[in-house]
Parts: sequence; structure tokens; C-alpha cells
Amino acid sequence: MTYKERLKNVTVLGAAGKMGSGILLLTAVEMTDLSFKKENKGNEFVLNAMDISHKGLSGLMEYLRIQVRKVAEKKTNLLRKMYEDRADLIENGEIIDQYVFDVLNTVKPTTRMEAAYDSTLIFEAVSENPVLKTKLFKQILDNNKNDPWFFTNTSSVPIGQLDKESNLNGKILGFHFYNPPAVQKLVELIVTDDTNKEMTDFALELAKKLRKLIVPSNDFAGFIGNGHFMRDALHGINTAEKISSDIPFTNAVYAMNRVSQDFLVRPMGIFQLIDYVGIDVCQYIMKVMNPHLKDENLHSELLDTMIGLDVRGGQNADGSQKNGFLKYEKGRPVGVYNTQTKQYENISDFDAYVSKYLSTTAEKVPSWKALLRDNKKDEILDKYFKEVEGSNTKGAELTKQYIARSREIGKKLVADNVAKNEDDVNKVMLTGFFHLYGPINNYLI
Amino acid sequence: MKKLRIKVYMTAGFNTISLGTGRKEFHPKKPRPGIEHYIKEAGKGTLDQIGGGKNVDEGVIGNFMAARFNKQANLPGFIPMIDKDLEYKPAVSVEGACGSGGLALVTGIKSVLAETADVVLTLGVEVQNTVKAIYGADILAGAGWYQKRKEGHAYFFPGQFSDRAGAYYEKYDRETARKGFATWYKNAIENARLCPTAQEFHNKDGELEKTAMVEPNGRAFVDNLTVFDCSKVSDGASSIAIVSEDGLKKIGIDKKDAVEVVGWAQVEADITKDPEDLTELTTIKKAVKEALDSAGITYKDLGTVETHDCFTIAGILATEAIGFAEPGKGAEFVSAGNTARDGLIPMNTTGGLIGWGHPTGATGVHQAVTIWEQFTNRAGKAQINISKKKPYGMTINMGGDDKTVVAIVYKKN
Repeated sequence: MTYKERLKNVTVLGAAGKMGSGILLLTAVEMTDLSFKKENKGNEFVLNAMDISHKGLSGLMEYLRIQVRKVAEKKTNLLRKMYEDRADLIENGEIIDQYVFDVLNTVKPTTRMEAAYDSTLIFEAVSENPVLKTKLFKQILDNNKNDPWFFTNTSSVPIGQLDKESNLNGKILGFHFYNPPAVQKLVELIVTDDTNKEMTDFALELAKKLRKLIVPSNDFAGFIGNGHFMRDALHGINTAEKISSDIPFTNAVYAMNRVSQDFLVRPMGIFQLIDYVGIDVCQYIMKVMNPHLKDENLHSELLDTMIGLDVRGGQNADGSQKNGFLKYEKGRPVGVYNTQTKQYENISDFDAYVSKYLSTTAEKVPSWKALLRDNKKDEILDKYFKEVEGSNTKGAELTKQYIARSREIGKKLVADNVAKNEDDVNKVMLTGFFHLYGPINNYLI
Repeated sequence: MKKLRIKVYMTAGFNTISLGTGRKEFHPKKPRPGIEHYIKEAGKGTLDQIGGGKNVDEGVIGNFMAARFNKQANLPGFIPMIDKDLEYKPAVSVEGACGSGGLALVTGIKSVLAETADVVLTLGVEVQNTVKAIYGADILAGAGWYQKRKEGHAYFFPGQFSDRAGAYYEKYDRETARKGFATWYKNAIENARLCPTAQEFHNKDGELEKTAMVEPNGRAFVDNLTVFDCSKVSDGASSIAIVSEDGLKKIGIDKKDAVEVVGWAQVEADITKDPEDLTELTTIKKAVKEALDSAGITYKDLGTVETHDCFTIAGILATEAIGFAEPGKGAEFVSAGNTARDGLIPMNTTGGLIGWGHPTGATGVHQAVTIWEQFTNRAGKAQINISKKKPYGMTINMGGDDKTVVAIVYKKN
């Protein structure tokens, strides 16, 4: 089956979710563009957007309408060529409107699993629940006569486990996008010894067409991305708990969020990132990964406590951030959750105190946003971390610990054979997490 | 053209800021002033200098596409909004794409020459940031023949002038041409930095020529030009009073505070025909010659020129069309510094369309305001020295791809 034939009937499971909607967008655009190729004229391309929620699917179509327009606005000149035979479409606006319609017309929203029974390719982006995933795969396999391939977006469940438990005979691989899939360049590709070679070749071609950067990861729970993130998060959480013997708990959470964002020059603080991903999702991923780890316990009681108090983070349907460890106003953290009082405390009330505790001024720290497009970023970071090295403040001490731990995690991923090499670990953090420098670096050694 | 039978002056110019990317005040997602605001601010700016609306006999407003950018037509109706004393006086709107401002000037000049008015309030306005650039390109494409739109580039006019640049590269030397474009860009931004209303007034780039020398990328934009070769999307308005000698007395303005219009030409080319020679601005060449002839001078008498550099290539080709440079030598002429503010012939001294901005329907009027400022010593930090030996200035305003052209010659009093 050729690349085109494989893409003629595709289903995305969990299409209305955060990851599913992005995967659906990318796939819908690729399938529509394929349908425009001369040799494909007259062929039907069907993309089933399957989700259990009608409301979610409505939101998905609205998301697609907006996002496809953005895609179209960026490649209008190409679209003018694609629609050159349509004498009725003259202005950019008319052509863009038609393209939005055509892409949306490729997408068939449905709450019925039966839609997947005709597909040749299944993208799975349901919740990180191996039992659910296995159940869906089996059900499709039992009813689908087209020998479908399964691409799972799991960020933590071993592919071999899913393969075995679903009896897929190697017809599955991990095709792990990063959030948001439409923006983040990275796709982690996870194959097992049983994975069909033809399927791997197709995955590489698809990634290329979607303009994604493939980083291979070995089939180990959490892979490279979560392998780093979960341990990194745990370091942030544990350190916050540790320094809460010096300063109040909420101040400690805020301090570690500051250290991991400002001092480490990352796009988000670690508690904000946990909230972004979802406290419940983080807890779940740790739970999935933990049984596979021999020499460590990837578990946080603090996460359990937060879930117990029903504080979960994650995002609202419109993409705005829900409150979690931090409280958000217009996307910015303004408060920290106190697990004792079950109230958020205003950051403005202790910002100065925490700054004093960390003994630093923000002016000295380069901003992540400014460095992102700065050609001299490596030079600036080098100089900055040298300054941190020579400093004895609490902020510098916590930064040094954090950088060291992050590097240790990165090296462990290579030592454990999760990543093939250090470069792959760095690539994942640079392209999947928008870090400015990889965890395996020469800073503060 | 017959010699002007009475004297015509321009005075009391005013420009709003040219708002768009580059200005600190501009934020694409925040509400911005509408077209009414710009008309009122510019109109009032002139009226305040000439004793108010009671001294005005009629109004002219130049605009290209308010009907699409702002869903607004019948613009003459906004003239009485500026000042209640303009109510029930004649007003007219004129359109000739990006040459609309020039047409407004010509319309005002004709009214004075016809002696049907002594004082004409002349405005140009365009508010274009109401739509994203990709949709704005559709609207601006109206300056070309609609029958040709289907085969055009998504960014229609950048596509047209990219073709001109491509032909120029091929006929002459690409590297020399690109260097000339880069110098044109550098001059435009440096001049704009001296003019507080300019869109590039806040530009802080320390390596302008390097910026402009980035290679064109046809996949991302057009084949032969970069975004630095193009004027930006702008909101703005300009206003000036066109008056007779009696008019000057009426509004109490001395001749030294006005410029005299000593020659002009308005030339029209067939919009349904492609340019015969992509490396020449033929219509501009004809208009310039006619305007200079009617003023009885040659290009050598010009002390400054405001030309329609919607794209750097248009600036380069204008130096050739006017006669400053031989065909194919315009880029070298510019690279050698001849068009810089201290050069042989300072051009676009407040930044032109690339530096000051290009609110399309306002541009022709803005050019006249700049000449008036320079000739009456009102240009502030952008002021250049006008030699007594060369007391003439010229504006060249173009609509479409060398189709509607207005050239006006001014004399310093």
C-alpha cells in the first residue's frame, strides 16, 4: 500500500482532546493537500474525527476552522496554484475560504467507533490509560478488514506492552507529538523489534510531510520526553518541599517555579508546566512509568494530595489555563495554592520576600523570550551561568542543583538505553519543550 | 500643457502619524482609530493654520479603497465633519489607486485655476490595518486590472514589482541592483528616524544595509524582493491647502510660508495593457517630462524630489525616469549616495513610502506636505539645505503599476 493509499481513510481516536485536535489538524491538511495532486484527483480522502464527546467535537470543528485559516493564510500563493483550475476563485479571500471548506470537508466528526472499521491508519490520542487503549485497539482489529496500522500518541505506555496486550503483531508504533502538535517540531518515534519496517518508513515520510523532526526513542516507559520531564518535575516538587522548612510552603512553590523558569531560562516554571500538562496527567504518567523503573520511585505525595483536593490544572476548552498549583489570570500566575487552607495566596504578597530569600534581582537574568531569537544566545547563556557559578546566593545554589539534576536525568536516559545518544536527549528538550539549551551541557560543572 | 494662467500655492500642510507595524503605538489586536479620526485630525491640522473652515471654498478628498478597507463610501460627507463651517460647501472624492492623493492635489489645483475657488482644503486618507495583509493584498490588487488578478501572486503588487526587479536583474547586474535597493532602504529608514510622524520613526536597527541585503525567498514571499524592499501597510491622512494669491490674503499667510505650484502633469496609461518595458517606468517618465516642461525647468534645477517608492525598485527606476541616471545606472546612482539627504539630489527626505509609510490614498498629499515643510523650513530634524540655485522640488505619485501618475513641480518662495 502506497503512502497515499494508506492515508485515504484515517481515524483519529480522541480527536477532540488537546493532542488529538492538533494531530487531526495536521493530518487533515496533509490529506487535503494530497487530494489536490493531479494523480489523486477524483480520489476520496476521509478523516474520521472520533471522540466520545459531541460537545468536544463541536469545539474541535471550531478549532479547526480557525487553525486551517491560519495555515491557509501562510501558504496562499501555493493555494492559488492548487486552485488554478477554478475560474470562480480569484481573490486570496475566496481561495482561503474554499480551502478551509475543503479541509473541514475531509474531516468527519463522529462519536461512533464504527467509523474506524474502514480505516487503514489509526491515530490514537485517548487518555494515558493502557487498559482503554488496549480495549479500543482490539475492538478495531476485530472489526476492521483493512489490516490497519496503529500510531499511538502515548507519552508513557511502552509500545511493546500495547502491542502484546492488543495482539497487534507489530502493527503499532509510537508517534508522540508534543503539545501543541501544530506548533512543536518534535515527534518521538518509538518502534519495537516487532514493528513492521514498511510502517516505520511510512512514519518517517509522514513526519517529513508534516515538517516534524523525528527523534527515535527506545521503548521504555515515558520515553525520552517524559523520562526527563517527570523526573525534573519531581526534583522541583521535592526541592520545594525541602525548602518549605525555611519558608512557607506557598513561598517555596513560588520560589522553585521562579528558579526553574527565570534562573534556568526556561519558557515556564516547573509548577506552571505541571499545571499546563495537568496535575492528574502527571500523576497518571508517573503511575504508568513507575512499575517499569527498577532503582527509583517516581511518585509524589504532593501530587496525590492535590488530586485528593480536586485541584487538577489542565486547560479549559478554549485553551486557557485552569488553576492548579498556581492560580492564573490572563495566563499569568498570580497565586499559589495552600494545601492546608485550601486557598490561593497572592504572589504579590510574598514576591519581594521570595526575591530576598533567593537573593537575586531579575535584571541580571536573561529572558527566555529575548534569547529565543538572539543569535548570540549561547554566548549570553555561557556568561550568565558563569556568573551563577560564582554566586553563593540561595537562588544560585538551587539553580546549580537543578542544572546538575537535569543533566543527571539526561545522562541516565542514555545510560538506561532509552535514548540512543546525548544529542537525542537534548534535541527532545530543545524541540519538544522549547528549552534554549539541552540538559546535557557544560554549564555549572 | 498651457502655461498656468494664475498663480497657485500650497500651504498649511499637516500629517497624522503613519500607523502600522513599526510604530510603538501599533498593536494588531488592539482597537485603533477609524477613518473618521484620521480625516478629522488631518483636516483640522490644516484648518487651524488657515483660520478655520469659514475660509475654505471647497474640499477634495483622495482615497483608494475605503469602500473595502472600511466599508465606507461617500467620503465627501466627512469633510463637513471636520468643521461645521464646511457644511453645505462643495466637496468631492477622487480615486486613482495609490495615486489618489496626487489626483486630489490636481483636482484642487484645477479648481483654483478655474477660479471657482480660492482656498481648497485637500486631503488624502487611507486606513488599511482593518484586515490582515493577505486580504489587504486583494484590496490593493484593485489598482491593477481585475482580469489579471487570477494569474497574479497572492501578494499581487509585490509580485508585479518583483517581476520588474527580476527583469532589471537580468538586463543589468543583480548584485549592483540589490546594493542599490539596500541603500535606498537605508536612506528611507534614516530619514524616517528624523520625522516623528513616520512609521519607521522608532526603527532602531543598527545594520540597515545588512538587513536589506537578505536574500529574497520566493517560497515565503516573492522571487526578487524581500519585505524590506516594500512599503508597509499604513493608516494615515495628510492635508494641505491649495490656494490662489487672493486665497493667501484671505487666510493671512505670507508667500514665504507657502510653496508655489509652477508646473504639473497628470498622465494616464492603459490599465489593460502590460508594461512594454519592465525595466522602465514609462508613464512616470512622460509625466515628469511634461511637468518639468510646463514649469520651464529641467531635472537639474530640482533641489529635492519626493517619489513614489512603494518598492525599492520603483525608487531606483524613478531616478532613471526623471533623468538623474542613465537606464540601468539608477542602482549605482543611489548606492553612490546621490539620493541621500546630503547627496546631489535628496529624495524622500522624511522616509518616503518605505520609511514614512504608505497610507495609499494619502501618499500623494503627504509628498506635497513634505516639499512644503522643506521649502518653508518646517521639517524639524529632517530639514535639508535647499540651495538657492536649485529652488524647485517635485512630487511623483503613482497609482497601480505605472498607470495613474501625477507629477507636480513646486518653487520655494
